[in-house]
Amino acid sequence: MTWLTWRQFRTPVGLVTGMVALVVVALVVARPALMDLYRSTGLASCTTDCTQEQVRDFLLRADDLAAKPLFWAGFAAIYLIPAIIGIFWGAPMVARELESGTFRLVWSQGITRSRWLAVKLLAGAGAAMLAAGLLSLAVTWFSVPFDRANDNRLIAEVFGARGIVPIAYAALAFVLGVLIGTVLRRTVPAMAVTLILIATVQVVMPTLVRPNLIPPKHYTGALVAQTGLDGGFEELMMSGDGSLHVIPRLAEPGAWVLSNRAVKADGSTFTGPYDPAFCGRDAGGPRRCEEWVLSQNLHQDAKFQPASRFWPLQWIETALILVVSALLAALTFWWVRRRLS
Amino acid sequence: MTDAIATTGLTKNYGRKTALNDCTLTVPTGRIVGLVGPNGAGKSTLLQLACGLLRPTTGSIEVLGERPGNGPEHTARIGFVAQDTPTYAHLSIAEHLRLGRALNRGWDDALARERIEQLGLDPAQRAGKLSGGQRSQLALTLAVAKRPELLLLDEPVAALDPLARREFLQGLMEHTAEHGTSLVLSSHLIADLERTCDYLVVLVDSRIRLAGDVEELLAQHHRVTGARREASSLPSGHEVVYQSHTGKQSTMIVRSSAPIEDPWWTVEQLSMEDLVLAYMTEAGRIAPARVLEGHR
Repeated sequence: MTWLTWRQFRTPVGLVTGMVALVVVALVVARPALMDLYRSTGLASCTTDCTQEQVRDFLLRADDLAAKPLFWAGFAAIYLIPAIIGIFWGAPMVARELESGTFRLVWSQGITRSRWLAVKLLAGAGAAMLAAGLLSLAVTWFSVPFDRANDNRLIAEVFGARGIVPIAYAALAFVLGVLIGTVLRRTVPAMAVTLILIATVQVVMPTLVRPNLIPPKHYTGALVAQTGLDGGFEELMMSGDGSLHVIPRLAEPGAWVLSNRAVKADGSTFTGPYDPAFCGRDAGGPRRCEEWVLSQNLHQDAKFQPASRFWPLQWIETALILVVSALLAALTFWWVRRRLS
Repeated sequence: MTDAIATTGLTKNYGRKTALNDCTLTVPTGRIVGLVGPNGAGKSTLLQLACGLLRPTTGSIEVLGERPGNGPEHTARIGFVAQDTPTYAHLSIAEHLRLGRALNRGWDDALARERIEQLGLDPAQRAGKLSGGQRSQLALTLAVAKRPELLLLDEPVAALDPLARREFLQGLMEHTAEHGTSLVLSSHLIADLERTCDYLVVLVDSRIRLAGDVEELLAQHHRVTGARREASSLPSGHEVVYQSHTGKQSTMIVRSSAPIEDPWWTVEQLSMEDLVLAYMTEAGRIAPARVLEGHR
């Protein structure tokens, strides 16, 4: 059975392995230049004392390196690999046998169909996790300087492309593809549906599920101006209709900010109206407007996941996705044994 | 001695569609069984129930004394070639044999290779490049190299031209004779099976219409022709299978274990094809021409 699984599976496996190898080699080749810059800007050696200037210097000069497009290619590869695995490994695995009638050949050999499916699922999920794990390891390792400079490992896009969660998504995509193929019994429709479902999961998880995997931290306090490069607030925008849009800064470096508002005493979001004597075109600049906002007796209300929760969130999400994958696998077994007989 | 196949009230539904309806059937071992019926009659369903690919909706089936699909030990005793003889198009013949060897404990590799050699097939050839006849032979090789006690073949010759058909059946007969395998062959064309089978099962409209030893069945059935008479005028013990009347004349196919000695009638022997046709026509739905299409 192992031999047959490998024989039927080797072409798509070769395809994905080739893709992963290509990305990994490119990252390894481009990394020394990136690390030189990382060290020469002093970003590598500073800890809590890294200055905004060092960060800005690093990011600006990194734009000229081959590492920059590869940094984005890493993202693309990590987010594409589940879809590729689901479509080209998972969906055809059972669907093609059902479509071509070969399931009648192989299921009448001296092996139970449960065993047949178990070998296929284990081999496929194992290979998927290995490929995604290797890719994520390379991308995470390569992106360290960028992640230090941006200090945003926890925001949705970066979080999903680092650490161990890509491993779980690869397993999920594979099992989902197999299940859809088993249910639909047609390879091409199964590929399409698998793609749609994987994309849906990739959107729903970071927006609706991940923020609540650990109850987010809540910060409330008097609204104060934090020192930053461009004024004391994250955003301060005046509109022609007299309303004022304020986003305070949150003194939580590297946090994933889920919501962040300036609120009035009654708890509603502060939206102005502003006093044209302090804010506005002829009022003497943003500093004066900031001071006026600070005098309005406002509070800050923020929800966030602190930077320290990167690994707890990684483990929880990985476990959750793997449990869902196991349930889908169980459903596939049931379907193959009951619904297809 | 256990029967090759024994079913009781066997029924299989696909959703609301009934593919096999309340079939009770006993097929002894050591026979070459022709399973005949029009397309869609339930032949494939019956064979797939017998090899464990399908489970009954209600009723029961035992094959070689055990319920099919109950484990690899039982599957090893049954060889099955599905309709359209599926093979893996991108796998070579040698790889198919390797598949058989890997998945079957009782695999007879010498037998498999010998068969492939006898057929003049190149083991390196991909199954997708084989002709219909060669593909059937490959599928059959996989099934027989398991050394099964019972071989089930679903429309094995449907895709073959007449010459390949004869060669295939000849090879099959030689093998079964040599190894003492019980054999069930299905076909919608009685002509395919007329010369090969010694036991007949006729399946029409999801039901068993007729089952029994070919010689006994032929001895029991008669075509009687005579001046027009109603079927009810026949003595008891005579079962009318099929009747047709013109203005003056009546023709009936009658089943009776006793000989018909009424001087009123002209009595003729039936061929196996006539017999099957009579039962299919009696079932009402089947145009005789369709059953005759393979008759040359």
